[in-house]
Amino acid sequence: MATVDPNAKASLNVSGWNPGDDVIEVTRTPAPGAARSTWRTFRETARGLKTTFGRIAEGTNTIQYPEEKVPVYPRFRGRHKLHRFEDSGLEKCVGCSLCAAACPSDCIRVVAAENTPENRVSAGERYAAVYEINLSRCIFCGYCEIACPFDAITMGHDYEMSDYDRDDLIFTKEMLLAEPLERTPLRNEGE
Amino acid sequence: MLALVGYYEPWWIQIVKSIVIFAVALQLVPVVLIAERKIMGRMQGRYGPNRVGPYGALQPLADILKLLTKEQSRPSTSVGLLFAVAPLISILTAVAAFAIIPFGNVQHIFGTRVGLYGVDVSVGPLYVFAFGAIAFYGIMLGGWSSGSKYSFLGAMRGAAQLISYEVSQGMALVGVIITSQTLSLTGIVTAQKGMWYLIPQFVGFIVFLVAGFAETNRAPFDLTEADAELVGGYNTEYGGGRFASYYFAEYLNVLVVSGIVTTVFLGGWLLPFGIHPPGWVDPFVVLFKMSLITFLFIWVRATLPRLRYDQLMSFGWKVLLPLATLNTLVTAIVVVATH
Repeated sequence: MATVDPNAKASLNVSGWNPGDDVIEVTRTPAPGAARSTWRTFRETARGLKTTFGRIAEGTNTIQYPEEKVPVYPRFRGRHKLHRFEDSGLEKCVGCSLCAAACPSDCIRVVAAENTPENRVSAGERYAAVYEINLSRCIFCGYCEIACPFDAITMGHDYEMSDYDRDDLIFTKEMLLAEPLERTPLRNEGE
Repeated sequence: MLALVGYYEPWWIQIVKSIVIFAVALQLVPVVLIAERKIMGRMQGRYGPNRVGPYGALQPLADILKLLTKEQSRPSTSVGLLFAVAPLISILTAVAAFAIIPFGNVQHIFGTRVGLYGVDVSVGPLYVFAFGAIAFYGIMLGGWSSGSKYSFLGAMRGAAQLISYEVSQGMALVGVIITSQTLSLTGIVTAQKGMWYLIPQFVGFIVFLVAGFAETNRAPFDLTEADAELVGGYNTEYGGGRFASYYFAEYLNVLVVSGIVTTVFLGGWLLPFGIHPPGWVDPFVVLFKMSLITFLFIWVRATLPRLRYDQLMSFGWKVLLPLATLNTLVTAIVVVATH
């Protein structure tokens, strides 16, 4: 049995629950015929009008998107990039297909081929002859990046990938290796 | 009859005047459209439309062109003729009511005396209320003939709302008519030479304005098109040019109410402190005052939430009507006592 708190208001304590400090005084809309509540409504309406008028001076919060962009964070997961070694120019990807195995939406396709002394593409034994990411399926989870043992694939910062054709969203190895157009501003530390 | 009007206008002046009034009304509506969207945008911390033309100035043109090039479709349950006629009634009554707003006193143009208004009817306020009442047919028939439940509910609300608020609106004007002792709108303006009726008839002004919000189905009384409950209200089933007509009529009605308020309470073309500019300034004075009231319409729309239906009804009958009646009574007593 809940004991009745002597401090609580009797009308509020029907259920035995003590609202304590959480009670907020609620003033209802005007009772008909009451001059005071009519005045209160008039005053509150004027206060509301003042608030909205004041907002004009405060200016806008709009970011004019195609012209202005919100900078992304360094760990933003945008479109993938494939990397080369900076010194030798060889591809980092060795065609192990671990990224394809890790991919939850099954959008990476890797076909590996052997490196030969005449045709040396990657630093390892094999290289990716075909490397395709279907970006219309990709969910940008970043698992491929984590799975990769050579840091050959990373998530970039580009997020403007819309296109008119589904086929154009299948990115090939050349497209992923190419230096991306840096269209996305990066957020600096402390920003 | 012409002696009552006080001057004679040749027939060609009347035709020119009606064309000019129609043209001015049609030019003002897009201005109100863009102004509303821009001002409401600013009040909500955004820009509003700013892509079409400089600062988005051509947005209403793009909107109207889009609507006019759309297919005219109608539901299979609708009543064809009424469905097509209803938007016309709306736009016709709105333009007709615009005809009596005086934009200036009698001027000498082309060697004749021309009043800067469509007609100076000797029963000005009655004319306005008559067309306001007919405008309700546009909403009611449109909603009913759509053959859709949402439209019908919206139309029913519109009917009830219009009947409730027209009473208070009329009552609010009675005080002004008693004070000015005339029913002609130009007469009411010239009677305000000493003091605008805004001050002695302040209660009447407030009641008329609030009832005006309800008459034009604007926020916070836009229950006829309460999107959250009724999709689009009476114009749910409308699209294309017919929808554009309704849309146009709504904003034209806002302008008409602004014009009436300007004429009746803000002294029409009169300027305060005894300033008498040349006659050609009069229309601009009226337009400026009208834009102030139109801004108030937009401002209120950005501020107040929509009323519940029972609140709307109890407010109309229990607050506005007694206030307007009391105002009339007090005005009558004061006028009789001081005469």
